[in-house]
Amino acid sequence: MKRTLTILIRNPLSLLGLTLVALVVLSALFADFIAPFPEHRGAVVDFANFNRAPEWPYIFGTDLVGRDLFSRILYAYRISLLLGIVVLVIAVPIGVTIGLAAGYLGGWTEFVLMRVTDVFLSIPPLVLAMSMMGLLEPTLTNGMLAVTAMWWPWYTRLVYNLARSEREEGYVLAAEVIGAGKAHIMFREILPNCVPSILTKMTLDLGFVILIASSLSFLGLGVQPPTPDLGSMVADGSKYLPDSWWLTVFPGLAILVAVFGFNLLGDALREILGAEQ
Amino acid sequence: MSPVVRLLVKRLGISLIVLVGVSMLIFAIARVIPGDPARIALGPNASAEQVEALRDRLHLDEPLPVQYGYFLADLARGDLGVSLYTNRPVMADIAQFLPATLELIIVAGIMMIGIGLPLGVLSARYRGSWVDNGVRLVSLLGVSAPSFVWAVILMLLFAFFLPIFPIAGRISDAFAVPHATGFLLIDTLLAGNLRAFGSAAWHIVLPAFALALSGIGQAARLTRSNMVETYDKPYIEMAQSYGFPERRIARRYAFRPSLIPSLTIIGLDFAAMLGNAFLVEAVFAWPGLSRYGVAVILRKDLNAIVGTVLVISALFLIVNIVVDLLIAFINPRIRLSQRAS
Amino acid sequence: MTAPTLRIEDLVLKFRTYSGMVDVLHGISLHIQKGERVALVGESGSGKSVTARIVLGLLQSLRTARISGHVDFEGRDLMAMHDAERHRLRGTKMSMIFQDPTSSLNPVYTIADQFREVLSRAEPGLTEAAARQKAVAALTDVAIGEPERVLDSYAFQLSGGMNQRVMIAMALANEPSLLIADEPGTALDVTVQAQTLRLMGELVEKHHTSVLFISHNLGVVREFADRVYVIYKGRIVEHAMTRDLFENPRHAYTRALMSAVPRITGGGIPEIDDASPDFLAPLIVHEGCAEPGAPV
Repeated sequence: MKRTLTILIRNPLSLLGLTLVALVVLSALFADFIAPFPEHRGAVVDFANFNRAPEWPYIFGTDLVGRDLFSRILYAYRISLLLGIVVLVIAVPIGVTIGLAAGYLGGWTEFVLMRVTDVFLSIPPLVLAMSMMGLLEPTLTNGMLAVTAMWWPWYTRLVYNLARSEREEGYVLAAEVIGAGKAHIMFREILPNCVPSILTKMTLDLGFVILIASSLSFLGLGVQPPTPDLGSMVADGSKYLPDSWWLTVFPGLAILVAVFGFNLLGDALREILGAEQ
Repeated sequence: MSPVVRLLVKRLGISLIVLVGVSMLIFAIARVIPGDPARIALGPNASAEQVEALRDRLHLDEPLPVQYGYFLADLARGDLGVSLYTNRPVMADIAQFLPATLELIIVAGIMMIGIGLPLGVLSARYRGSWVDNGVRLVSLLGVSAPSFVWAVILMLLFAFFLPIFPIAGRISDAFAVPHATGFLLIDTLLAGNLRAFGSAAWHIVLPAFALALSGIGQAARLTRSNMVETYDKPYIEMAQSYGFPERRIARRYAFRPSLIPSLTIIGLDFAAMLGNAFLVEAVFAWPGLSRYGVAVILRKDLNAIVGTVLVISALFLIVNIVVDLLIAFINPRIRLSQRAS
Repeated sequence: MTAPTLRIEDLVLKFRTYSGMVDVLHGISLHIQKGERVALVGESGSGKSVTARIVLGLLQSLRTARISGHVDFEGRDLMAMHDAERHRLRGTKMSMIFQDPTSSLNPVYTIADQFREVLSRAEPGLTEAAARQKAVAALTDVAIGEPERVLDSYAFQLSGGMNQRVMIAMALANEPSLLIADEPGTALDVTVQAQTLRLMGELVEKHHTSVLFISHNLGVVREFADRVYVIYKGRIVEHAMTRDLFENPRHAYTRALMSAVPRITGGGIPEIDDASPDFLAPLIVHEGCAEPGAPV
């Protein structure tokens, strides 16, 4: 673990990724202390200062009701990260378990499980989440539900392929001979070999969840005002292009920075873990 | 039966099963939501009788499997129901809006392959140099922002600040193009109207590029990493030991084997553009299926939602099959699949 | 006396890594006369493979490699040559065969395609028909019964032994002066390996090709080579005619090599305690084996 960290720091690109991710995480955690106008995350109005271009103290400008964009972005990061973590915490165990079962148990179990997975995978990612969100009430919880529903199949596919090839390996056969139970083999023998791939994917996915979530809210299918959300900020601001450009550009860049950071980090992790194998 | 044909049949079979599954899934979701679809469609001012009548017509009070049965029967007749949003058959709506989206995706797909692949090859060839690092950085950036962010930035830069490209729409209002295929780029050519063609082409550049950016980045990254891996393979060293020119090795020897693992993911990306089209169409006011899809989703227009999702999923599956066929074609191991002694 | 086909003098190779300079070759010297078969024997990591690649010029393009010393090919200094000139020699005057024949052939092109590329190196304007004729002849030379069918196949459709023979045919097709064989047949069955080596021996005899034979397998070396250099951790430690070496190994490492229990995979040489300076210098040269130009 410490060695991984050292390698990450020495490579300039992964260091950048680490920095960006740290920035995002810290912003989310300490928004209350960093934000110059913490109350602006709510339904506050300040028409005296509305629609201002970036200048001190509103370093990213203000929105149409006078709220500081910078503060709102910090709080929006909190929502995004929360969404990402919750989605992964739920989707990954589900997806991994199904993938292990399908990959190792084979037969009808494999066929049925993978066909179900295929069904979910054959709807383009955004479309499934959109449909669900459209049909449910647009709240944060439902948003998490929708994104989770579209996310788990990717882990199933990943683990299924790994499990299928590991199935033939010596250590699995040895365990079977000893009489180890199926669950034991799946979770105690095969799963540890899948962990590096899963971890890499999770790091990359944190970025992608943020991307998908912002896309959903851009279309109006995400969290509702006054909760700050990067996607809806871009959507709202896009009506006022090009004059109030800061309304769209800064939230958009905020998305870019976060996803970019996670991607850099995930890439570096993939190279490190891949090289070790 | 040749292995390729066998593969095709098998994939079609599985896709059909999957499509049925999709229809069940989306059907179930649509019917299970809270709220009364008939009430929502008719609005708060409708009388109770009217709502009852609609519920009856839509078979909403019958058990779910029965409803699904009606749905399948209608589907077999090509009837996807009527959209409560446009008051037209959903089929007609789809027929009108689908070509626009398809055109956008195809142009974006061409950009993705035409720009992304060569960039990846370049990056691998000059591995470690500033060309390589530049391409990798730009590719990663492309992948890191949702299409709507790129759409907005591109629009700001190239439609507003530098008014090179138009802001919205498929073609300038000055032109009236007779409807043949629904693909403006083709229809304008068929009508012999070159200026209209130019206008249509000009209008499609920015949205297609915004849509393609993420795919370009992914294609470049993938091609690069696959070629780098291929470069480490023994047969490349052997080619080098024979003194084959570097350029030839890059273009012929390293490229084709590395294409194979890339194709699956590129196919997936192309299909993912079907989802991202929603975002780009919103920003550029592109009258495509995706914009229609968003509208009907926001209005909880059940028939339209189910129809749209089905069509999009079917497209997705078709693209995947085409990609698989391409792979089988390029990879002799699959194409031949017998071992000579 | 004509210049030796290959003469390496004091070749040094270092790599620049994140943890500093790594010395791989500490100044090795060897020579091969025309028609001679010389073996370079050592275990993995001894530096024998990189030596071969330096001769071909494959390592020089690596930015982290630092090479110094002399490499003369048929009297010409390879290091002083222009890249283009050096490039011209590859595949025409010197060629190489590799350890795993099946993975050394491109999986998505037929044997015929690859053969034609090889033949075009020597004759750029070669027509497809002429190339095919030559390829058929070359494949017949390596005792392949159905050359036409093999030409139209892909590497994965043929057996390892078949691919090995294809590789040999390709390598000798342009009548090179020097053939470098990097652990040939290691990936093959022992019996197939023996067959292939015998075949290779006959062919190089016929064409008077000099051979640099790299291996860790002493049994094979004994069958095939005229002279042997033993390399250990980037230094030549013993150099003798084959028979002398096997009858009378003098260096501690050589003796350890020979006494190692023979295994099918050929691994597992015990680590030798090389603390004593005598171990590495001077190298033991048997009678009649001095480097040309070196003081006797």
